[in-house]
Amino acid sequence: MARNHVTTTVNGDEYEFLCDTEQTLLDCLRDELFLTGTKEGCASGDCGACNVMLDGRLVCSCLVLGVEANGKSIETIEGMAHGDELHPLQQKFLELNGLQCGICTPGILVAAKALLERNPDPTETEIRFWLAGNLCRCTGYDKVVRSVQAAAEEMRKG
Amino acid sequence: MATKDPKDLIEDDEDHGPQQGVPLVDNGEFSDLGFDPDRKLKIVGTTPIKPDGVDKVTGRAKFGADTQLPGMLVGKILRSPHAHAIIKSIDTSEAEKLPGVKAVCTRDDFPDIKPGPMKDISYICMAREKVFFDGHQVAAVAATSEKIAKQALKLIKVEYEVLPHVIDVMDAVKDDAPILHEGNRPKGIDDWPEDKQTNILERAEWSKGDVEKGFEEADLIVEREFDTKPMHQSYIEPQGCIANYTEDGQFELWTCTQAHFVYRSRLAAILEMDISKIRVSVSELGGGFGGKTMFYAEPLAAVLSRKANRPVKMVLTRNEVFRATGPVAGTHSRIKIGVKKDGKFTAAEAEMYFQTGPFTGSAFGNAPQACFTRYDLENIRAYGYEVVSNRPKVNAFRAPCVPQIVFGVEGVVDEIARRLKMDPIDLRLKNAATEGYETVYGYTFGPVGFVETLKAAKEHPHYKSKLGPNQGRGIGCGFWFNRGGETTASLNITPDGSVNLMLGNPDVAGSRGSIAMMAAEELGVPFDKVRPIIGDTSSLGYNHSTVGSRVTFSAGMAIVRSARNAIKILCQRAAKEWGVPEDSVVFEDGYVRPASANVGDFEPLSVADIAKKAGQTGGAIAGHAEINATGAGPGFGVHICDVEVDKETGLVKILRYTVVEDAGKAIHPLQVEGQFQGGAVQGIGWALNEEYIYNEEGRMENPGFLDYRIPVCSDVPMIDTQIIEVPNPLHPYGLRGVGEVPVVPTLGTVANAVGDAIGVRPRSLPMSPPKVLQLIEEVEANGVDEPYAA
Amino acid sequence: MDDLRYEAPETLDAAVALLAGEVGNARVLAGGTDVLVQLHEGLNEPDLIVDIKNIPDLIGITEEAGGWRVGAATSGMEIVDHEAFAAAWPGIIDGVKLIGSIQVKGRASMGGNLCNASPAADSVPALMVAGAIATVIGPNGTREVPVEDIPTGPGQTSLEKGEIVVSFLFPERPPHSGGAYLRFTPRTEMDIAVVGVGVDLTLDDNGTCTAARVALGAVAEKPLMVEDGAAALIGTAVDDAALEKLAGAASAACRPINDKRGTIEYRIKVAGVLARRAALIALERAKQS
Repeated sequence: MARNHVTTTVNGDEYEFLCDTEQTLLDCLRDELFLTGTKEGCASGDCGACNVMLDGRLVCSCLVLGVEANGKSIETIEGMAHGDELHPLQQKFLELNGLQCGICTPGILVAAKALLERNPDPTETEIRFWLAGNLCRCTGYDKVVRSVQAAAEEMRKG
Repeated sequence: MATKDPKDLIEDDEDHGPQQGVPLVDNGEFSDLGFDPDRKLKIVGTTPIKPDGVDKVTGRAKFGADTQLPGMLVGKILRSPHAHAIIKSIDTSEAEKLPGVKAVCTRDDFPDIKPGPMKDISYICMAREKVFFDGHQVAAVAATSEKIAKQALKLIKVEYEVLPHVIDVMDAVKDDAPILHEGNRPKGIDDWPEDKQTNILERAEWSKGDVEKGFEEADLIVEREFDTKPMHQSYIEPQGCIANYTEDGQFELWTCTQAHFVYRSRLAAILEMDISKIRVSVSELGGGFGGKTMFYAEPLAAVLSRKANRPVKMVLTRNEVFRATGPVAGTHSRIKIGVKKDGKFTAAEAEMYFQTGPFTGSAFGNAPQACFTRYDLENIRAYGYEVVSNRPKVNAFRAPCVPQIVFGVEGVVDEIARRLKMDPIDLRLKNAATEGYETVYGYTFGPVGFVETLKAAKEHPHYKSKLGPNQGRGIGCGFWFNRGGETTASLNITPDGSVNLMLGNPDVAGSRGSIAMMAAEELGVPFDKVRPIIGDTSSLGYNHSTVGSRVTFSAGMAIVRSARNAIKILCQRAAKEWGVPEDSVVFEDGYVRPASANVGDFEPLSVADIAKKAGQTGGAIAGHAEINATGAGPGFGVHICDVEVDKETGLVKILRYTVVEDAGKAIHPLQVEGQFQGGAVQGIGWALNEEYIYNEEGRMENPGFLDYRIPVCSDVPMIDTQIIEVPNPLHPYGLRGVGEVPVVPTLGTVANAVGDAIGVRPRSLPMSPPKVLQLIEEVEANGVDEPYAA
Repeated sequence: MDDLRYEAPETLDAAVALLAGEVGNARVLAGGTDVLVQLHEGLNEPDLIVDIKNIPDLIGITEEAGGWRVGAATSGMEIVDHEAFAAAWPGIIDGVKLIGSIQVKGRASMGGNLCNASPAADSVPALMVAGAIATVIGPNGTREVPVEDIPTGPGQTSLEKGEIVVSFLFPERPPHSGGAYLRFTPRTEMDIAVVGVGVDLTLDDNGTCTAARVALGAVAEKPLMVEDGAAALIGTAVDDAALEKLAGAASAACRPINDKRGTIEYRIKVAGVLARRAALIALERAKQS
């Protein structure tokens, strides 16, 4: 049987690719579309490094088949900045040292953006539980949470 | 730099502590790089955005698995399902016939290496006569797709003769334990019986004074035994690499590593190649913490690439990372401290056992040197045993082998404070080592910040706050040597006066930014005019690995010397242009100026002014330095932890946590805080829940992030930090190193807090809910442990 | 090498035909949060994957006869975010909220959680105590099955070849009813239940418990209904004595194993503790409804 033919929208652009059924959306983004900003940390939905938005919902792209993306709309870390204007979350993570090695950062940023879009003024506890699916081994999470808080404040100011 | 045999390099970097840990005395070699307390700083101490930051928040940064080469194959590894077995035969013929398979490698493709560390390293990468642990690498395949490679693995037939295995360290030293290495004779034990088999590889002792006498003088002696479990470094990025061996006998490797120069030397030994023909480039590094100082897939990818004449990419799965890389040594220890009524320690003894996996490499010698160092003890006996068992080979982790033992030492110190009814910080202040203290490893402290750190902790609002019911508070402290070592750097001033740095150490958390800050400070140029990159192994001389809190310290020294060398040239060029003697100009704040009005009336020249004309005045302006850095300043940390214990389930919640630590000088304070916070949370995970679970067959049962429980964001509170700055006089900016110390006190601190909450101090890690509940039930049955009775 | 095939039918009939007609091993794909992990780890090697998320009957939350119907493949986040359903069935929300992280719940569904048949599945004890009825369709038509009759053992269900769970019906409930689900895990999130307890109860106007259901997860080969636990509550004001009896009944019902997530002894103890705590939450909710 031939590979699956998939047409999908990624960060507003239409892409086509071929994939085996067992290839995950993460595999397809990285290996077929060369969008390597989305990371693989576990391939089992336990670390969040592969987070993307799929039709407006935060998902682990390692738990989505590539073929399931057919006709859907995907947003990845590569679509977060507009031109050279960084998203406030990106900016605050830079200013407040919300990242060390940076491998978990794309997933955390995508997840945090999803949080702030539904809750512009989250409490620390809400941030911590929302990000509980995004493992970070470097920071101890302190500056991650502070960066999200600062970005939320910035975005509320408009 | 002296030419070194690759085997020396290997031994150097495996031995993280005993030699390199010693901050060597000032021999004058770096008299040009001393600390100037009066210097006004413009950039050092500020918090600019790090140079690699934007690429990391936009997804552009390339980590180990993030690149491709034309014609690339995918490599996969066949692993042992057994903890201990003889490999009787390997048949790869069916796998080789599978369409799309381009190369298969087994032990037959690896050279015999004479016994020693390199043989062990090679053996970890490719099992020979025996497999030593579940997940041991047995064969590998390169194919045109991952799917084909995986299918080919299933076609490889390996015949095993399964042997009895042993997992835990104290089981491995029993007389009837299965023996991993027949004929092994332990180093450091002269009278070991000729015919007695053992899993002990080595005994090492560091002692000073008269311990027996010290204990005789004591009014109180506390002696306890402690256990810790192996933990995994748990970097979020699994190892990934691309190996590319070309037809003209050159080899390039792209990989995520803390140790690219060491990888190069080791690959030269395994591939039997000249070192100069191997070029290792480092990707961005998605966490390491010591765990990426040892390679696993890289030699297999290299051999497969050589056989297939194609690039080979290999990326480990999380399952492979857990089963076959890392971990950190599990330990058993007996800690004994004697003390006078007034709280003055009289003697201390530590007996320690370290689980190292099947081969040496635990760096266990750090522990006897560091476990009591911070207390001004005159009488110390500290000795450890390195013990093999059927687990993956232990790898480095922040302050290798020290936090495990400090877990016990700080527990005994806590108990002494309770028994003497002393404030635990006052007890430590009474015994704090200060300048002039001669350590057990023979080094005499210069100015150190332990007392300042303790005092700051005592004054911290956290320490003075009130606790509620079922809550407890613990404090603990720790020490790390910090390290120097071989380091190179080069600095090039471009024609517009902006600056490129080539650095030789992979950046694990922000070192390249801190080093660039020091370069900018030296040159008087804005931080954003300095662009650092991490060079490959062909672009710089040899560098020790990114380990032991050595990089910002050592590379800082190298870059300062590089900058000062470039400044000399800048001055020469200006003097030449002005037609004045070289010694009549000075460099200040980014400008060359006449040293005095007598020299002449010349408009000062900026770095950019001089760089623009460099072509006419003698060519490009640059500086470089190749050093073996000494003078690393010891670091100390004091932690305060509050916990709340659910007495019905044994669940421990971390309520509040504060890290107070001497950084010497915080080059980039936010990054220093990040080291403190990250280290503390790693320690919290290790203390509470992280452990390897093996089944009866010796297979790891929790090789994933679901059941190997590192802390998640909702498990921890904000981590308060306080940076103490007692400058290291032997560094131009006074820094000490902050990568290791933050983990050292954590295990003991959390355990002391749990003890305070439940009335008995846990002596076995992790303090998982069932174990804590059991302690609570013991307290309910028998009353609180005696020291808690008051 | 035979390729793994993928189908995404848009009707129930088409899905049933694909599943029933497959000669090899067919797997239903709902949220995929278990299926993809098992696929990746080589734990099962299906020949066909039937993605049921394009079938309208399986997605969505609607009111029905005073109760609610929830499509079996509705994502956890859609359920959690549904304010009216969440207000009516907070115990279900407790369970669904614990099916993995936010991003896992972006896909994971109650139907998947049930049919994956993990003894530790968090939404299942909550569904059981809610009295949820599963609508199951297969080659022989449609049947209505109480949720507790579906799991039979680890990874095993009573579903026949070709059958899929379409939706869950939550019948209209009397006033003063409330439910809760609690689990114990060493971490606050991202864990599998060591023990899970669901409690649902109804009070009369005087505050006496007139009906109760208690279920346990992760303490046996499948989630268990605990009749003795329910009996301990019924007819009482859910006072300390009743709660003590409930705790005892919960512990007594456990027949756990030692595994990497917990010991027999620990699970038995904690089952009682959690049962009491869950009952108190359910009681509070019942009083306020």
